[in-house]
Amino acid sequence: MDKLLRVSYSPHIHGENSVPRLMWGVIISLVPAFVLSILYFGLGAILVTATSVLSCVLFEYLIQRFIMKVPPTVNDGSAVVTGVLLAFCLPATIPLWLVALGALIAIGVGKMSFGGLGNNPFNPALVGRVFLFISFPVQLTSWPLPMGFKTKLVDAATGATPLGMIKEGLLNNQQVPPLMEEIPSHMQLFYGNMNGSMGEVAAIALLLGFIYMVVKKIIPPVIPLTILGTVFVFTGILWLANPESNADPLFHLLTGGVMLGAIYMATDYVTSPMTKKGMVVFGIGIGVITVLIRRFGSYPEGVQFAILIMNAFVPLINSWFKPKRFGEEVQHG
Amino acid sequence: MNSIIFITVITLSAIGTAAALILYFVARKFRVHEDPRIDAVEEVLPAANCGGCGYPGCRNFAEALVKSDSFEGLFCPVGGNEVMAKVAEILGREAVTKAPLVAVVRCNGSPEHRPKTSVYDGPITCAISHALYMGESDCPYGCLGYGDCVEACTFDAIYMDPKTNLPLVIDDKCTACGACVEACPRDIIELRKKNPKDRKIFVCCINEEKGAVARKNCKVACIGCGACVKVCPFDAITLENNLAYIDAEKCRLCRKCVPVCPTNSILEINFPEKKMVVKGQEKQEKKGKQDAKGGIGKEEKVAASGSEQKESIEESNKDKESNSSNK
Amino acid sequence: MLKTFVKGGVHPPENKLSASRPIESLPLPQTVSIPLSQHIGAPPVPLVQKNDRVKTGQLIARSEGFVSANIHSSVTGKVVKLEDVMDAGGYRRPAVTIQVEEDEWMPEIITTPGLIKEFDLSVEEIIEKVKEAGIVGMGGATFPSHVKMSVPRGKKVELLIINGVECEPWLTSDHRLMLEKGEELLVGIRLIMKALQVEKALIGIENNKPDAIEHLSGLCLGEKGISVVPLKVKYPQGGEKQLIKALTGREVPSGGLPIDVGTVVHNVGTAFAVYEALQKNKPLIERVVTVTGPSVKNPSNFLVRTGTPVNHLIEAAGGLPEDTGKIISGGPMMGKALNSLRVPVTKGTSGILILPESMSVRKPVLPCIRCSRCIFVCPMGLEPYLLMTLSEKEMTERMEKEHVMDCIECGSCSYICPSNRPLLDYIRLGKAQVNQLIRSRKK
Repeated sequence: MDKLLRVSYSPHIHGENSVPRLMWGVIISLVPAFVLSILYFGLGAILVTATSVLSCVLFEYLIQRFIMKVPPTVNDGSAVVTGVLLAFCLPATIPLWLVALGALIAIGVGKMSFGGLGNNPFNPALVGRVFLFISFPVQLTSWPLPMGFKTKLVDAATGATPLGMIKEGLLNNQQVPPLMEEIPSHMQLFYGNMNGSMGEVAAIALLLGFIYMVVKKIIPPVIPLTILGTVFVFTGILWLANPESNADPLFHLLTGGVMLGAIYMATDYVTSPMTKKGMVVFGIGIGVITVLIRRFGSYPEGVQFAILIMNAFVPLINSWFKPKRFGEEVQHG
Repeated sequence: MNSIIFITVITLSAIGTAAALILYFVARKFRVHEDPRIDAVEEVLPAANCGGCGYPGCRNFAEALVKSDSFEGLFCPVGGNEVMAKVAEILGREAVTKAPLVAVVRCNGSPEHRPKTSVYDGPITCAISHALYMGESDCPYGCLGYGDCVEACTFDAIYMDPKTNLPLVIDDKCTACGACVEACPRDIIELRKKNPKDRKIFVCCINEEKGAVARKNCKVACIGCGACVKVCPFDAITLENNLAYIDAEKCRLCRKCVPVCPTNSILEINFPEKKMVVKGQEKQEKKGKQDAKGGIGKEEKVAASGSEQKESIEESNKDKESNSSNK
Repeated sequence: MLKTFVKGGVHPPENKLSASRPIESLPLPQTVSIPLSQHIGAPPVPLVQKNDRVKTGQLIARSEGFVSANIHSSVTGKVVKLEDVMDAGGYRRPAVTIQVEEDEWMPEIITTPGLIKEFDLSVEEIIEKVKEAGIVGMGGATFPSHVKMSVPRGKKVELLIINGVECEPWLTSDHRLMLEKGEELLVGIRLIMKALQVEKALIGIENNKPDAIEHLSGLCLGEKGISVVPLKVKYPQGGEKQLIKALTGREVPSGGLPIDVGTVVHNVGTAFAVYEALQKNKPLIERVVTVTGPSVKNPSNFLVRTGTPVNHLIEAAGGLPEDTGKIISGGPMMGKALNSLRVPVTKGTSGILILPESMSVRKPVLPCIRCSRCIFVCPMGLEPYLLMTLSEKEMTERMEKEHVMDCIECGSCSYICPSNRPLLDYIRLGKAQVNQLIRSRKK
């Protein structure tokens, strides 16, 4: 027998999991949200998303090839996911050069500076987004009204998001219930008929994506359910205590980036905890901080900061919340 | 406005001064008194922090030197006798000298000599593949070629020869710290006495299997025939477990053992070329290559196990030419 | 709701191609090379020399110490060599090579077929006979069985568990044994129950073997104290600790043994070997081996003598396929890849799996994306991604704290990792490092 046999350690078979399969699964789950965002915001949605994805991929390729001098790994799809998620938390009418800048920061600072895939402690898309938010607050808070393909790209009719309206109103000593009259109904919020970023407007599309990912076993449902649950409970308590100055919990769930953040940003593998117990703690932390910033902080939306803050705690969570070892407590024997 | 700035400056200055004073007194109170000789000794050590002395870092070695009474068990292989002499001076003790050592790789199983019999798939590290099985050849003692020794070396003194898949030691850079010896899971690398002109004679094999088995799996294996033992005028060679071993302390580099080895398992490195003996019955003599002047001390293991005398002579002529062109 | 273990586990495709092939006896090979060390523990001392003639079933090596096992000749013939032979462990080890002639069984062995149900042996006699027969764990672990049957002072056993799970994909030798030798199996189980002095035995069988479950359940109706429990199909259901958890709900403590929770686990093949040894005086010299694979012409279950070279079995199953990449002794999750076709079958060889080239090459390794799938699937509650990093950095004490020694090396982590990281390879290295550390502490 002349053929040489192959020798390796066991196991000799492998499951069908692979990094590209997981990344592309996430991207597919974002398709409903993407379709809805085109329907609401028209050309802007397509341009912003395309620019973001292309910039992220390009920057990752360039940095890996020329600065880090390693073989580029853009094929694994993680840069594409970052690109899509970054686009989804930006207004559809944002100038495209800002998108590219955000992508540069997201990939360059948020991911590559730590060593590439798997090494970053902070969610790259959020790093890019927060950078833009703090550096260019005006452009990042001019949210276009959803007018389909009529959504103007320049001199667009923009306004504050529903959350923004509540916040401003409260600052001006207005009461919540009359403010709520001016805001679209809950049902409309569910279907996305409001100002906002492309990804945050349609709760229904995001939920569809969530169900897809859970069924395909891409993410466990723990983190999103915990975050949404915490936000619901916390805002519920506040609303019950003082309905004059607090919006109802359903409103809080349907507005702002909490749905997008809970389902897509907080569940990023690299920056979330490794055990289910840890994930619950992580989720509760994000929920609490989000509501605190929304209600008591000076920003209308707190999810982006909440997630980044909890990302910083993840190594601690990982070392405190270990999985239960088999045979740890001695059973009767 | 001015008053605010004034108050701010005063307040911050006061806080700063207070903090500085606190730090000063705490530093004074909790200062760790160290023997000043430790600093002096650390100064003369090579600062390689390689662990060759057995201590984690040069500072710890310096502490150990100062604390102990004698130089028993304390030697810096990187600095060698020179540095130990300086340390002895600082500590007012008698200096000890040790014969310098160099790392020697005792396997010549290149793919040419040792055919490949399987394909390994897995992490490219010797530790794991050694634990898995005997390797891509049929010799369980042979070098695996995945470079754990190269990884371990902190002096860039060892590298993998891509042609033979075996490690090569750069004698000038090797400090005999022993890291590669530790790293090799098969104990192929040995620290042997360093001879003038980096000359070496050693059995380039550690296979302890019976001769026939060893020879079947590698052309240049030691088959334990004992021919070298018989011919050595200084009793420097011993045979145990089907394997010959040349004691570097006793060996006088006379080279009598090299030509009698039937498998050319004994290598002579950095010796001048012997004249070719063109006779019908005589065995081919092996050539050693001299260092290329000024270059790194590269050594090439050349085992001419040719059956044709003519072929060998042509080869040697070719090498002579390339040798002269190297210079 | 089928019983199973709760934590971790994966579900690789089952591929039980040979499940309906009855056990066939193979014609004897020309030579056999019986390795001396076919078990965990000290290798036995050979009793034969070159040119000795041996009979089938003759003792050719005696066990050394308590944790060791006897080796018997599986054929009749002349001893031609006492040299080292390549074994499944990847190194050459001492073996006895015999030139095979026609079978001449040792006189005390009963070769007539037919069930012998009754026995009248004391506990000590059973254990002694099991030891004499050289029986070791046939599930693959090859732990000397007489040691497992001897209850140490101070420990009590309440339950015997018989492992008929066969959770490894592709393998069907235990399945066929349960179907075809069910009655003998039950006698063997009774013998082990006597040795352990227990009244209750449970046979765990995975649900993908409904015919075996039905057959044995029917036979158990006539037996007091023995019952069959179907289990959910999940790997590694057949792991000792997972099986005990599934059947009794008890967890073997970290660093402990099944006896610490009042149970002892034996494989169905071992129970059958106990029957043959005690009722027919036949030592352990043959076993059922599955030969299978996607490209194998006739996936089969063969009754093979120990020492038979693997290529003899492969020939009988239709020859070595053209596209062969790997030959594995055992199952695909925990088996050992062979580097030669001349490796002999041993007491622990449950199957020979031939994988084509397309399934044999590992995919490129990517960095860890911290998806935590390895943690979700680890049946022992460990963190493989962390253990791999610690092993790479040789942080031995930290690995010990992270319970690396609890790893049962099932391979679920490497199987599930989307980045194709060689998690188990490094964890094994880590375990070796921790072992060294523990040994150096004892000194």
